[in-house]
Amino acid sequence: MSHSDLNSSVPPHADPAEQAEATGGRVVLDAQGIQRATTRIAHEILERNPSAEELCLVAIVRGGQPVTDLVAAQLAQLVGRPVPAGALDITLYRDDVVARGVRPMPRPTRMPFSVEGKRVVLLDDVMFTGRTVRAAMDAVLDFGRPAAIQVAVLVDRGHRELPIKVDFVGKNIPTSRAERVVLRARPDGELEVAVV
Amino acid sequence: MRHLLGIEEMSRAEIERVLETSEAMLEISQREIKRVPTLRGRTVINVFLEASTRTRVSFEIAAKRLSADAINVSRSGSSLSKAETLADMARNLAAMSADVLVVRDSTAGVPHMLAERVRVPVVNAGDGCHEHPTQALLDAFTLRQSLGSLENRVIAIVGDISHSRVARSDIHCFTKLGAEVRVAGPPTMMPAGIEALGVKPCFSLEQALAGADVIVMLRIQQERLDGALFPSIREYARTFGLTQRTLGLAKPDAIVLHPGPINRGVEIASDVADAEPSRILDQVTNGVAVRMAVLYLLTGGAN
Amino acid sequence: MSRVRIQGARIVDPASGRDEIGSVDLVDERIESVGRESASVPDQLIEATGLWLMPGFVDLHAHLREPGQEYKEDIETGTRAAAAGGYTTVCCMANTDPVNDTPAVTEYIQRRARESAVARVRVIAAATQGLRGEIMSEMASLAAAGAVAFSDDGAVIMNAAVMRRVLEYARGIGRPVIAHCEDLNLRGSGVVHEGAHATCCGLPGSPAEAETAMVARDLELARLTGAHLHVAHVSAARSVELIREAKAAGVRVTAEVTPHHLSLTDETVRSFDTNFKMAPPLRSARDREALREGLADGTIDCLSTDHAPHALYEKDVEFTAAPFGVVGFETALPVALELVREERITPLELADRLSTRPARVLGISGGTLEPGGPADLVLIDPERVWKVDGGRLCSRSKNSPFLGRELRGRALRTWVGGRLSFALGEEAGA
Repeated sequence: MSHSDLNSSVPPHADPAEQAEATGGRVVLDAQGIQRATTRIAHEILERNPSAEELCLVAIVRGGQPVTDLVAAQLAQLVGRPVPAGALDITLYRDDVVARGVRPMPRPTRMPFSVEGKRVVLLDDVMFTGRTVRAAMDAVLDFGRPAAIQVAVLVDRGHRELPIKVDFVGKNIPTSRAERVVLRARPDGELEVAVV
Repeated sequence: MRHLLGIEEMSRAEIERVLETSEAMLEISQREIKRVPTLRGRTVINVFLEASTRTRVSFEIAAKRLSADAINVSRSGSSLSKAETLADMARNLAAMSADVLVVRDSTAGVPHMLAERVRVPVVNAGDGCHEHPTQALLDAFTLRQSLGSLENRVIAIVGDISHSRVARSDIHCFTKLGAEVRVAGPPTMMPAGIEALGVKPCFSLEQALAGADVIVMLRIQQERLDGALFPSIREYARTFGLTQRTLGLAKPDAIVLHPGPINRGVEIASDVADAEPSRILDQVTNGVAVRMAVLYLLTGGAN
Repeated sequence: MSRVRIQGARIVDPASGRDEIGSVDLVDERIESVGRESASVPDQLIEATGLWLMPGFVDLHAHLREPGQEYKEDIETGTRAAAAGGYTTVCCMANTDPVNDTPAVTEYIQRRARESAVARVRVIAAATQGLRGEIMSEMASLAAAGAVAFSDDGAVIMNAAVMRRVLEYARGIGRPVIAHCEDLNLRGSGVVHEGAHATCCGLPGSPAEAETAMVARDLELARLTGAHLHVAHVSAARSVELIREAKAAGVRVTAEVTPHHLSLTDETVRSFDTNFKMAPPLRSARDREALREGLADGTIDCLSTDHAPHALYEKDVEFTAAPFGVVGFETALPVALELVREERITPLELADRLSTRPARVLGISGGTLEPGGPADLVLIDPERVWKVDGGRLCSRSKNSPFLGRELRGRALRTWVGGRLSFALGEEAGA
């Protein structure tokens, strides 16, 4: 099972396996840290893509959704109007050929705009092996031919297995392979990133 | 879920899982590039020993949208017409490393027979008068688009119930999802002991449609109206045909389903088939999505 | 002169009413003594404590498939299977290839039986030529050649006028007509009992009335003609009722039921396993109960296996395409013993339905343990548990509805005319 699955974070979940990730470990990025990081990312995105008309954000479901919401809010303030944002589920593009367990449930994909000629920024919570982003790129390219694809993540934890680079990163956190990095919501509703 | 042989042996949870997965599959069918690489390199063999174009094409499209290779085997020209037994043909197909077999036959129990003998997942695309599970699943999916939940809804299924695999699968599926199901048709077309499936048999359209939320019209096969079971097409259309008038017997916002192909003017009037309450075309669209979901779920390797 | 003593067995002999522990001496082909022990020293002593000794079973209805279909079974393998099940006499039906409607075929079967059978074979010849149900067969010649009864089983005499004349003529010959009562029009394409299970499976069903309507017809014709009608493989509750009424009214009717109809119901077809497909089909629990009652109160005279072998590849097809029929010699006894265990019938009644009455129905010898009579007996262990394993069945074909099941009760040794035709665990010797 691809590690990116473990790392796609979820707000509190019924799944018992994820309960363990829900409260333990050490926090590496608290709510304020996340806010600062996403603000900086938004600025960097605009620096790199000055003509905002061609910009669009695509969240990699589900972990990328909270990040995208925060970055989109920042960009809207900076640009003065909303930047198109969509959500892409990549379950059907995964490269782990035969799941040992039951097939994962594909979530809804919403791409309410064309990517043709656009500068697409893919957003996810954690970059790990790079397989998730590679699958997301395949998916985006099935929607059309963007002018460019860039990648923004809240946390880069290393251990790349594919030649995927990160364009915008919130924080680099070295980890061991066995550890898990999760973006989760605390009981009080605040987000945090923890290493478990 | 290793095979999809019938709704009868599915749990409500399994049905819900297929329906939920179908949502995502429907979205893919609405994109410009209607394809995902999920089943790349896998082979789906459609073994259609009973003639069918619509269902076979639907499965073929479903396989291709998932990037699988789809091969069609039919009866004429196949080794079966040379008296190779079904069991042997199945073994040969499995030996060719098929990943999924989709099977339709005019005899009940054939997909089950194959499932016992091959090591790959088998999907029942219709076995005689027994079951047609993907039809029932797409019917349920279509109903949920309009109605949300089926809990406590009244669904009337009208037609030659004895010879209808769609009726049987629909009955199992709708009752498991909490609906109240009525079946209606002439007594000669109502199978013995149908109550055992948890439905109420009605022998008039008036009885069946009163207060119904959903009407499922079944196709009447011309061959069966040769006088043995029913005197004539004309009389059938008069007594059990769905027209604007008889549609009025149901709830005002009742919706109409039909597994197709429709016999205009026999079991369903043209003006009903083409009007607002009809979801017949949605059924076809949803059929591809549901079949994609089934192929996806069965090839998960969770054995 | 060779003397075999079976000692300490429970002797169950309906003809004499005997049900007691004792010994039986066999000398050459005959039973010499029953009960009291002779002073002579036996050449072979068989210790039979805890076992039952009964007259060898007589099957009025079996398909040995020879001539013409030896790939399914032949007289040798069929009688081996029969002996393994405790049968010492088997009556074979006429739907062979060619059909047994001429003395030549009857004589052929008897010759083959003399050459290769390990149980007695009695011949049932066709009632109509070619089993076509149109012109009656040459019954007098067939009877002279050795036929003990006439039957179109395998087919049905649909024309009532033909059936009437067949019954009349057979009455004159002094032989019973065994009727497979099934209205083929009512049956239509039905392959299972019409009811909730057939409906769930989407398999075409045949209503009980396909049988009962024909039973009613044939009973009327038996009454009209005064002939002896034997109703084959009764499967429906209403048939039992009709036969009971007819007997009370003095009609010369006898009837049989198969072990599988006494044991199984239409629920089994849910598996689509063709080893549950036979004609008449397995019916409802209510029908099964009526059959058990009918056998217990004697309305149904005997148990007959309707042993119908089919090759594996013939049965390994779609349910509707598979041939009808199941084998039954080797599983009849344990299934019948269930009724004894449930106290529906006594051991004497069991032996009566398996041996004594069938012999009497046909007017043939057998079915008794009387001194001086032929040494046709079976020694059974009513408690022995065994698993029905296709590889170990003696029959050439393995289409049994009991495959893989554990049954209780088994024949241990079967003697036909004093010769040991079957011994469990050993080669059947001379």
